[in-house]
Amino acid sequence: MARKPEKKKVVETTGHEWDGITELNNPMPRWWLWTFYLTIVWGIGYMILYPAWPLINGATPGLLGYSSRGEVAKDIAAVNAANAPLNDRIISLDLAAIAGDPEVGNYAVSAGAAVFRTFCIQCHGAGAAGSVGYPNLRDDDWLWGGDIEAIYATISHGIRADEDDDTRLSDMPVFGDDYLSPEEIAQAAQFVLSLTGRATDGALARAGVVVFEENCAACHGDDGTGDIYAGAPNLADALWLYGGDLETITETITNSRGGVMPAWSTKGRLNEAQLRQVAVYVHELGGGK
Amino acid sequence: MSTETHEDAPKLYAAREPVFPKRVKGKFRQLKWWLMIFTLGVYYITPWIRWDRGPNMPDQAVLIDMANRRFFMFWIEIWPYEFYFVAGLLIMAGLGLFLFTSALGRVWCGFACPQTVWVDLYVQVERWIEGDRNARIRLLNRKWDAYKWRMRLTKWAAWLVIAVLTGGAWVFYFADAPTLLVELFTGQAAFVAYAFIVSLTATTFVFGGFMQEQICTYMCPWPRIQAAMMDEDTMTVSYRDWRGEPRAKLKASLADSSLGDCIDCNACVAVCPVGIDIRDGQQLECITCALCIDACDEMMIKVGRPTGLIAYLTANDEPLERAGEPPRNMWKHLIRPRTIMYVVLLSAVGIGLLVALFVRAEIEVNVAPIRNPDFVVLSDGTIRNDYDIRILNKHGEERQFIVTAETDEHNSEFKVVLQGLEGVVVTAPADDTLIVRVYLLAAPDNHAARRERTGVHIWIEDLKSGDTAHVETLFNGKAP
Repeated sequence: MARKPEKKKVVETTGHEWDGITELNNPMPRWWLWTFYLTIVWGIGYMILYPAWPLINGATPGLLGYSSRGEVAKDIAAVNAANAPLNDRIISLDLAAIAGDPEVGNYAVSAGAAVFRTFCIQCHGAGAAGSVGYPNLRDDDWLWGGDIEAIYATISHGIRADEDDDTRLSDMPVFGDDYLSPEEIAQAAQFVLSLTGRATDGALARAGVVVFEENCAACHGDDGTGDIYAGAPNLADALWLYGGDLETITETITNSRGGVMPAWSTKGRLNEAQLRQVAVYVHELGGGK
Repeated sequence: MSTETHEDAPKLYAAREPVFPKRVKGKFRQLKWWLMIFTLGVYYITPWIRWDRGPNMPDQAVLIDMANRRFFMFWIEIWPYEFYFVAGLLIMAGLGLFLFTSALGRVWCGFACPQTVWVDLYVQVERWIEGDRNARIRLLNRKWDAYKWRMRLTKWAAWLVIAVLTGGAWVFYFADAPTLLVELFTGQAAFVAYAFIVSLTATTFVFGGFMQEQICTYMCPWPRIQAAMMDEDTMTVSYRDWRGEPRAKLKASLADSSLGDCIDCNACVAVCPVGIDIRDGQQLECITCALCIDACDEMMIKVGRPTGLIAYLTANDEPLERAGEPPRNMWKHLIRPRTIMYVVLLSAVGIGLLVALFVRAEIEVNVAPIRNPDFVVLSDGTIRNDYDIRILNKHGEERQFIVTAETDEHNSEFKVVLQGLEGVVVTAPADDTLIVRVYLLAAPDNHAARRERTGVHIWIEDLKSGDTAHVETLFNGKAP
């Protein structure tokens, strides 16, 4: 060999050796170290400017006064500000025109859904299908009317809501108290069943005609189809709020029924735009007239 | 590599050793110039290619339209739910990289990686302004006088212009390029556009001008992964030490025939953009740019010795060559189970994507049944099920669709009612999705009303073209 290669790269070791295995030292670039120092400086700056150190109640606030909760409040305010013109338009429109409006139709339904999910699903259910005693809002049977104005009025003023003088109010007597004998109640119940062709005792049902005419027809109508202006349910259709079997009907006649709903326009519960939104949403669930 | 131990605490950090790649001529340099022109050309020109798609559609050939969630690529339009096309393309790109890496080593790093291409451009600009290797070394060691300031400031300004153009071109892929260009200059463009230009300008300037090979050596994970794809048949840039060693200066070499072909001219070291000596063997810094091959061949021709002292070699051929036998044919290395497997996978994904591309429809319909409640009983005993259907109209014009429902079950039929509409015809806007609430009604005496579940097809028919699409779902009845 003429001569050794003169500039062969030499790698230092750290001086550590285990069983003859040495640890090579390939040094990191120095700027890498500087970026590490930079992160420390950054960290100190962050601790001064932003909430950082936990205290017993909360944390150090930081010079910038940042809080994630505050950011959310700002975002909500920004969204509300952006929605304000839409809400103004919803208030200015005819109720019946809102759903079909190209500018606010979809917004009204979506916003109404949000209102519904917040305030209504506790009784009517997340799918608005109701349950025993709480009306299904998807079907086509409405106690107080299913057009948009009626729905809006019901939501605004509630049902049997003491706090609102314009509330929906109907009062079925407790016939079991003094008005009717158990015999007459049984006759009336069989007559009600006969309206949907389900009477089990023809003689009682025939006798019930008179009982019904004298005691029930004033609100429910001679044919039992009810009256949305009196809040009297239709007894001649397939839908029953409390149940359509003989036992339930007998109990209803004997003890009466009277569900309640808050008047959502009172006590600052919902504002005008929200009332209209949720009315549109309910009207668009499939049963709206 | 030799090692040495010493008593002092070892230094854990070292300053960067500046690299001054010397100008070189040769076939690989030529290839790199053409690749640079091609890749930069594609990058800068693509957003400006126009493509007519009709009145309601963008006319930019390649456009990533974030606001409307569309990706346009010439005649292909990709909707968000078709993002598997993009995923497929990325998988193909990955497999392509595997293929090239297993065949040719870090060929991506050396020739096509944006970092390499831009650094190559930056170094060339530096060469034009400050001179070649020796002039640049002198300039580095010069004290900061007016001349050095002038050179440095000129170079940085030129780099900055390139950086701004690089960052500036990027945003044109995301909006209509001619419109955006005007908006950028009149200050009307979106904040995000300026933010991207500023940040990409900064990264280009710093990565291309100052970080250079350190990005590859310290920051990029890809070179480390590539080692897993290389084997003894991979062709990569190597030094034939059995031919070159023992090296000696030309004069000594001419006098003593026992010496190797390497004349120790350091040409390979001078041109290296990562500052290594290829004669030390394969090193993790090496991006296989092949410029040392050009440099060495040039010298070998000058001194009248055979070229190829540094060349693309495989580890498998080394023992053959040491024994004085010729290396095997290049294709024997390139075509082997590993590369064949990558080609097969690549083709499979590619063919799959092509098939998917040709069979996808211009209209589609999806359904989301409303299952809370399962069904609604109406006052006359009719059973109603509610569905939200989503009609995708990929035409560049609005289309009308008739919605129908049918079932194979006997004595079952449905009435279709659309929320808020008279009749069963809906109008879907151009290149958009329309969500319609559909009600299916089954009369009380209908079997579907009394069966727990009935399969049903919801059809849409394009009134203009007659195209149809359907979706399968279930109708829930009130079981007795």
